[in-house]
Amino acid sequence: MEEMQIFLSLSLDFAEINEVLRSLNEGFVKSLEIFVLTLLGAFPLGLIIAFGSMSKIAIIRWFNKFMVWVIRGTPLMLQLIIIYYGPGIILNNNWWGSGSTGRFIAAMIAFILNYACYFSEIYRGGIEGIPKGQYEAGEVLGMTKSQIFFRVVLLQVIKRIIPPMGNEIITLVKDTSLVRVISVYELMWNGQNFIKSEGIIWPMLFTGVYYLLFSGLLTLFLGWLEKKMDYFKV
Amino acid sequence: MAILEVKNLKKNFGGLEVLKGIDFSLEKGDVMAVIGSSGNGKTTLLRCINFLETPDEGEITMNGEILFDASAKNSTDENDIRKKRLHFGLVFQNFNLFPQYTVLGNVMLAKELLEKEKPGFAKNRKKIKAEIEAEAKALLEEVGLSDKLDFYPHQLSGGQQQRVAIARALALKPDILCFDEPTSALDPELTAEVLKVIKSLAKSNMTMIVVTHEMTFAREVANRIIFMDEGRILEEGSPEDIFENPKHERVREFIGGIGTI
Repeated sequence: MEEMQIFLSLSLDFAEINEVLRSLNEGFVKSLEIFVLTLLGAFPLGLIIAFGSMSKIAIIRWFNKFMVWVIRGTPLMLQLIIIYYGPGIILNNNWWGSGSTGRFIAAMIAFILNYACYFSEIYRGGIEGIPKGQYEAGEVLGMTKSQIFFRVVLLQVIKRIIPPMGNEIITLVKDTSLVRVISVYELMWNGQNFIKSEGIIWPMLFTGVYYLLFSGLLTLFLGWLEKKMDYFKV
Repeated sequence: MAILEVKNLKKNFGGLEVLKGIDFSLEKGDVMAVIGSSGNGKTTLLRCINFLETPDEGEITMNGEILFDASAKNSTDENDIRKKRLHFGLVFQNFNLFPQYTVLGNVMLAKELLEKEKPGFAKNRKKIKAEIEAEAKALLEEVGLSDKLDFYPHQLSGGQQQRVAIARALALKPDILCFDEPTSALDPELTAEVLKVIKSLAKSNMTMIVVTHEMTFAREVANRIIFMDEGRILEEGSPEDIFENPKHERVREFIGGIGTI
């Protein structure tokens, strides 16, 4: 009887499991927030950067290309650290305050900027890949530039960029774990915490299941979206 | 009176003079074939007339209205250019249909967008749309594609795609319809079905400019032919003039060369 109890407490400590899942769920919600906000910010910002790097005005073009080079050429982790600690150390003025909100905002700025730069290159590739004839056909039919973009080109661009965008989006799921370097508590941080506080390692390993399930759902969604666009060929 | 007059049209591409002064005029119902070997400015001429390129010199006049005059200040306002463009239609070598629209959608799109900008569209939305659709269907029947209305471009043969492109251009009722080597991307069988459509347009008195390498077709359908060589019109005249009595050695060579193949 006693042995049985020891065995149960070793293998299935429901209180502990509950505590772990509660904490991981909380962390996952934070990760999800970062994920959603990054996409909401980076989708439009990426388009602006893409147009910037295709601008006829050289200075705008070069500014955007320079930015994309710097952001894509350095680790996102470094960008998080510079954006969060930079103002305090370099300008002697910590914009972000000491609270968790400031850290979260700094993290979102770094993420949106980083992903917007990657997206911008995907957009640019998609837009430049549309044959010139599509624009010219629209022009000789008396369409305006914006009509051509929104009614003719855009959907073709979207169809073309779904696969590379899907790649970036799946990468973002896992990149959310980087915010821990500036102490934003997300899924993996919460999992790792149990090593220090309780001496158990399975919660951290178990975070992998969350990432897998979430990216699995996204993969299904992206596949569905691709199928939706199957009715025409570009 | 000529409906289209082109005077001294010149176009440079980075120092390379592609058009060296082109003059011609068209009467209503004329079918003008533009022939000559590749790289002699035929396509550039069509692109200038359709405002896809801006000529460096020259004048384009339509029904007495100056559409373009290189020596004057030309409006760069998008709406002005669009209005001028609508005098012309252009059918491309590679069709350039819009892949995400059905056959019917391709023919209706531009007309619909145009009508939307007019006042009173919102009130009569349904009626106007129905009219546009009826017209589009009639045009597609004319080009023999009534049974393909709901097909997407990738489901059609090249010849069918080109016929859709012709219907699409006609939907805007251009004064002059231009063709840029409309059958170069097609095999002989498909070429024949497209040429048949162009022939029937000629019979219905449509004014057309056709850049083509189909000599038999040019001879049969066109009432005027211009032969372009190195950015100039080397010779122009009726099909008999050009094919039976060419004045220039270069034209004789070109036509003779084709004849012997």
